[in-house]
Amino acid sequence: MNDGLMIEVENLTKRYAGHTAVSGISFTVKRGEIVGLLGPNGAGKSTTMRVLSCYLPATSGTVRVGGLDVFHNSAEVRRRIGYMPENNPLHLEMRVREYLKFRARLKGLGIRRSRERVDTVMEQCSLTDVSKRIIGQLSKGYRQRVGLADALVHEPDLIILDEPTIGLDPNQIRSVRALIKSLATTHTVLISTHILPEAEMTCNRMLIMFEGKILAADTPDNLQRLVSGNGQVVAEIAAPLEELCNCWAQMAEVEHYDVSPADGEFFRCALTPSNGSDLRPLIFAMARDRGWYLRELTRNRHSLEDIYVKITKPPEEEEGT
Amino acid sequence: MGGRGLMRAYLTLTRRELASFFLSITGYVIIAGLAFAVGLVFYLLLTAQGTQTVSIPITQVFFNNLVLWIVIVLTPCIITMRLFALEKATGTFETLTTTPATDLQIVAAKFTAAVVFFVVMWLPSLGYLFIIQNYANQPGAMDAGTVGSMYLGVFLVGCFILSVGCFASAMTKSQVLAAMVTLVAGIALLLLHYLAVLLPQNGHWQTEVLSFFNIAQQMLDFTRGILDTRAIIFYLSMTLFFLFLTLRVIESRRWK
Repeated sequence: MNDGLMIEVENLTKRYAGHTAVSGISFTVKRGEIVGLLGPNGAGKSTTMRVLSCYLPATSGTVRVGGLDVFHNSAEVRRRIGYMPENNPLHLEMRVREYLKFRARLKGLGIRRSRERVDTVMEQCSLTDVSKRIIGQLSKGYRQRVGLADALVHEPDLIILDEPTIGLDPNQIRSVRALIKSLATTHTVLISTHILPEAEMTCNRMLIMFEGKILAADTPDNLQRLVSGNGQVVAEIAAPLEELCNCWAQMAEVEHYDVSPADGEFFRCALTPSNGSDLRPLIFAMARDRGWYLRELTRNRHSLEDIYVKITKPPEEEEGT
Repeated sequence: MGGRGLMRAYLTLTRRELASFFLSITGYVIIAGLAFAVGLVFYLLLTAQGTQTVSIPITQVFFNNLVLWIVIVLTPCIITMRLFALEKATGTFETLTTTPATDLQIVAAKFTAAVVFFVVMWLPSLGYLFIIQNYANQPGAMDAGTVGSMYLGVFLVGCFILSVGCFASAMTKSQVLAAMVTLVAGIALLLLHYLAVLLPQNGHWQTEVLSFFNIAQQMLDFTRGILDTRAIIFYLSMTLFFLFLTLRVIESRRWK
């Protein structure tokens, strides 16, 4: 029907009065993928999700979910999407089971089917213990799970989660992350976040957004390769400070060095290679030749945070480098 | 959704809105408030009448003073103020409109819940009519026809102001603002007929139109048992008009 693409966005632009939130982005998401939308606040992630979930219309461009246009076939599309907006709005005066049943019925499930599905998602999201509690009395972690359960209750093909782990503590984040991962393959998931390690762990692919545009779209590994050419090396060496610094200054392959005292005679050196070469053999050879003790030699991969910061650096700063 | 599915979202939403009216204390305060107001009128009626016989229908006496009017004008604004505004303020409007439920179902459900609550609110007043029926020495003081037409009048006027309230609530995120706008609209409606009286009766179409807004007079007719179809059609069509406007406002997010 649609050659396996769950989401097709072509040249999507969304303008609010006087302000362009999203300008001309295009991307696709295949069925069964978990895709992360990364970006600073104001990048256009929430807006993109709102257009996808049929809450807002696009100013221009086409958006298709499961082959159906979100503007022309809005009702059909909404049936296939489970959406959890930013800040997870819930009816705080209702009880958990009551709320989920209400949402299930609203989404078109029959009485018996809604009861079954509510039991299933409550188990999936570990909510069975709190099924009779009033939502307003639950902790934030539980409330996020209620929001997730609501998004899942009608077995949608596509699940859209806007910042699902915001404000959660590490334990809660882990359980939500595990839940999202368990959804892969059977569902397609689009999540937005600015917690990078989480995106790296959960997503098959990431789209980095900035000021309404997509700056990079790839798997975490490929993004690493894109940015890392430089593998910074850290070495701990016991040597006289002045000699050590001279050594680094004279080495052509070292573009930048930073030496700080570690314990005893050892110094911690952070070295950036000038042409992407691997400095580790050179350092080892040098230490061996001079008789210096070498007790640590590590190559740092660029964290996703470095990549993110590098890619989303404002243009004026980049001109200076 | 098929035929049955079409009603499902509507009924689910109505049921939930009604439940939320009765879960919060506001609902009961409103009902108690109305019961108090009707009781007050009843008391005034009794002290004024004493043991004299009354020549006009009892139902008309109920509406001779301003108390019940104020109630009819005040309560819709409190009932409708949070229907849309609260959902927009808390963000649940977003989760509501991203379900397969259509905007029409949403508007219809919220209005239905408001009307049902309005009707329930007036049920305690039946008690006073029973008292009059059983204890008045004047047989035929309570005529089923006049009682029925009085409640019909209350219902129609109520629907009208409730629909204005829905419209006001849909326009804003602030419940207070919605309530104020509805209140002002209700009072303006009440006062419009004074305007019609004050203007020179020179047969201009403006005075004709204004005289249609003579709620006080129409209500009086209802309490006398006069069912003026023009009034009925007027209220029904104005209700539908404001509901249509409400629907347009809700749908307008799709045009932006």
